[in-house]
Amino acid sequence: MSAHDKGTLLSVRKLTMRFGGLTAIDDLSLEVPAGKITGIIGPNGAGKTTLFNCLTGFYKPTTGTLRLAHPVRGELRLEKLPSHRVARDAQVVRTFQNIRLFPKMTVLENLIVAQHNVLQRASKFSIAGIFKLPGYRQAERAAIERAAMWLERLKLTHLADDPAGALPYGIQRRIEIARALCVDPVLLCLDEPAAGLNPRESAELNELLLYLCGELDIAILLIEHDMSVVMNVSDHIGVISYGRKIAEGTPEQVRNDPEVIKAYLGEDEDEAEEAIARKIAAEGSNEEGQPA
Amino acid sequence: MSAVVFARHAMTPAERLRDAGWVAFVGLILGVPLIGLTTVDVGGRLGVETRFGLLAAFVAAAFAGRLALRWGIDHMRNRKLAREQASTTTAAQRAHGAQRLVNIVGWVALGASIALPIVYSDNRYVVDTATTVLIYVMLGWGLNVVVGLAGLLDLGYVAFYAVGAYSYALLSTQYGWGFWEALPVSGALAASFGILLGYPILRLRGDYLAIVTLGFGEIIRVILVNWTEFSGGPNGISSIPRPSFFGLEFTRRPAEGEQTFAGFFGLDFSAMHRLIFLYYLILVLALLTHVFVSRLRKLPVGRAWEALREDEIACQAMGMNTTNIKLSAFAIGAMLGGFAGVFFAARQGFISPESFTFTESAIILAIVVLGGMGSQMGVVLAATLLVLIPEFGRNFSEYRMLLFGAAMVLIMVWKPGGLLSHREPTVRLQATGAAASDKEGAR
Amino acid sequence: MAYALQQLINGLTLGAMYGLIAIGYTMVYGIIGMINFAHGDIFMVSAFIAITAFTILAAADVTSIPLALTFVLIVSIFFTSAYGWAVERTAYRPLRGSTRLAPLISAIGMSIFLQNTVQLTQGARVKPIPPVLEGGIVLWDNPTFTVQIGWSQLLIIVTTVILMTGFTWMITQTPFGRQQRACEQDRTMASLLGVNVDRTISYTFMLGAALAAVAGVMVTVYYGVVDFFIGFLAGIKAFTAAVLGGIGSLPGAMLGGLLIGLIESFWAAYLWAEYKDVATFSILCLVLMLRPSGLLGRPEVEKV
Repeated sequence: MSAHDKGTLLSVRKLTMRFGGLTAIDDLSLEVPAGKITGIIGPNGAGKTTLFNCLTGFYKPTTGTLRLAHPVRGELRLEKLPSHRVARDAQVVRTFQNIRLFPKMTVLENLIVAQHNVLQRASKFSIAGIFKLPGYRQAERAAIERAAMWLERLKLTHLADDPAGALPYGIQRRIEIARALCVDPVLLCLDEPAAGLNPRESAELNELLLYLCGELDIAILLIEHDMSVVMNVSDHIGVISYGRKIAEGTPEQVRNDPEVIKAYLGEDEDEAEEAIARKIAAEGSNEEGQPA
Repeated sequence: MSAVVFARHAMTPAERLRDAGWVAFVGLILGVPLIGLTTVDVGGRLGVETRFGLLAAFVAAAFAGRLALRWGIDHMRNRKLAREQASTTTAAQRAHGAQRLVNIVGWVALGASIALPIVYSDNRYVVDTATTVLIYVMLGWGLNVVVGLAGLLDLGYVAFYAVGAYSYALLSTQYGWGFWEALPVSGALAASFGILLGYPILRLRGDYLAIVTLGFGEIIRVILVNWTEFSGGPNGISSIPRPSFFGLEFTRRPAEGEQTFAGFFGLDFSAMHRLIFLYYLILVLALLTHVFVSRLRKLPVGRAWEALREDEIACQAMGMNTTNIKLSAFAIGAMLGGFAGVFFAARQGFISPESFTFTESAIILAIVVLGGMGSQMGVVLAATLLVLIPEFGRNFSEYRMLLFGAAMVLIMVWKPGGLLSHREPTVRLQATGAAASDKEGAR
Repeated sequence: MAYALQQLINGLTLGAMYGLIAIGYTMVYGIIGMINFAHGDIFMVSAFIAITAFTILAAADVTSIPLALTFVLIVSIFFTSAYGWAVERTAYRPLRGSTRLAPLISAIGMSIFLQNTVQLTQGARVKPIPPVLEGGIVLWDNPTFTVQIGWSQLLIIVTTVILMTGFTWMITQTPFGRQQRACEQDRTMASLLGVNVDRTISYTFMLGAALAAVAGVMVTVYYGVVDFFIGFLAGIKAFTAAVLGGIGSLPGAMLGGLLIGLIESFWAAYLWAEYKDVATFSILCLVLMLRPSGLLGRPEVEKV
């Protein structure tokens, strides 16, 4: 958690997304500060993933603006960019709730593909690549080194040459994060990165997120149900319910917000109990918090 | 993993008989209208003819075939199980071994294909058939870029083959272009066609794309048939000039002020010279294609194709412009098809829309898919099989396409991933020295 | 004007037949998400069965036309459904859960196989039968051009309307229809709720084949000639009809069939007859590019 304020990186203004008669996001406004971790929580179906899809160009918002203060390119309007330009030009990179790796390709290849634009430029319409010119070979070596660095950092080096699709779930989640990091993100959007992870893996994830944000100055937007992750790493949390923002603030503020408790309790009893149990677990008692 | 098998337990003889009896019964029902009965022309009107003997033979064959098939499948499965239990190697090691074997076979095949015309220098039929195989290999490698690597199902690939063939035919007969000038131009034309056709349709989902490409293939064929002034209509274009050996013609007598191949080298004239030259020509074209495609596969654009096949949405999320990537696959595939078309026209000396039907597209696609999507050696294997199987059945040539269709179904059911489905990574971490020792450390 | 009216009648007849075949494509696509490439050839097989059946009746001196038609329809539907079942069972079912391409390749192989089986067993030559239904109702006796609706055309249109009504009833009202729709929505869930998915898929193929059989009989009655290659073009056009109407939608398939039939008749009558297949393919391409969900299909929201 970085100490000083670096201003706003992304500002979501009056965002609305409708599908036919269904309003998935309703007049949502949100600020994502630079170099910090912002958590997004809310019951299932609240519109969290839809928000990500709007951010990353997969959906065109019905109304509203998404302004990104890019450190180099200045202000970019994300809602006007197609999805590949959101990743390439705005450097807003995401992971997916249901992991989307390139399953038959190896872990290393997955990470190299993520550096496609850099390498493609170096290959000069593939001509430099076909003839294996030194400039291209250097770029390729750099790409492999970069991938190797992230593999090392995420403890994946020994799996580098295995097909990604054959690996266990928790590892696939790590690969997806490593792959996103290879795109060199300014803003990293993680969609439930802790889903399906065991407690140890979750703890490692926390550590990684803090490292990315603290050391590398990457802003992170995090959708997560696992309160032990969200509450521990987020600098700032937005709570969404039925497509609206119902609360915003530090983890402490959000935890005690009556609206939030109501949203979780009122929505679905099991879900709410689970959420509360997780919160209790997160708040200090070291025993496993079993849902009552 | 054969999907014909459903029962997990070993079948008793009675069950086997009942199973085979059921199949024979179905065979009987299916056989009655088509095999048992047929209509024949009797004095200008149709009359019915019964062939119950043939039907009985068919049903008996179905019964016996099913029994044998069941037995064979059970036997194979047991052996496979036993082998898996006995073997201590890991899947990765086996795959690696398989890949080495494929590489060795590849080099042997290359040696054999270079030696072939020398050994069979007076056998017109062998050299001709081998040339046909190589045309299909080249087409297969071209389509492999589109279907095998980029995962775009193209059922109209023959259109680009036709564009190449007609470009050369028209350029040479109308404007007197030579083979070597026309080759790059025709390839470029085919590639532009690929981009032109591809641009509007490439955002379609898999099966829709397949049907639209099929539609384009047919549109081009119908235009070739009907636009007589341009393409010669159903009669096609004939007396297309043959390629020369660096200006030396393969003719008995030299033209004014020219020399013939045989004359220049002081050989007796033989019609085989041209055939062997054509064979080596397509071999060189095919090998260039192979090197080109194999290198592309290890470049960003090739990895992007494969990534696209695996997950288009993830590609977009990685900042890749999927439209451009698809177009590049389509254009390069089309260009290679165009080259093959040029060679085809030059070899035949005559082309007509007959050669560019949907069946041709289906055969090329079958080569790619049966070979194992994306596998270069698989294409060679499948092209050889699909050209040779009907050739071996020449004595009963009317069964060729029947066998062909049946083989497509059976190989798919037996091995949905194709004959050679192992995928070799485009890059390895171990290869980069320092990282390899790290890897050992990690283990 | 009279000429146009006649084209309208011809187009409707043609469209009714395309519609019947298109239903087979649309149902199969709806339930297992694959293009049953061999469906056009199933239709071709049924036309051959109809030819044989008509010839047998002629040999047996059956002169009652309603009786003959009923007999031929029943025979053709029975055997063609068996073919539909067998094709699914051998070429597609083993590939369920495999890649998207595998069943499509298998289907193309099956299509080639069926064509060649018929060519080998029934001969490659065109099979003509004497007209079954001659004459018709003269609608407009114009001095220059007589508009008439043939008995066979009337038969085709009426049969199609009856079948469509019955079919819609079956899909919306009967237990089988419910199971079929359940499998379309979610096969895993349907099987967990006790629907025999394999059987439902088999029935779907048989039903599609049965409708193709009706179309096969109608083609035989209408044109009086059949050859082993008619399945390819008819199949592509019917598929175009299914896509135009919105694949997965039954009324869509019928509407698409009618439109394709009409477009083809008018195109051939007023523009260039030799390019009528180009018209169909161009429509297919345009529809897919501009409105991939078809006229009556629901647009798919891509799930990210």
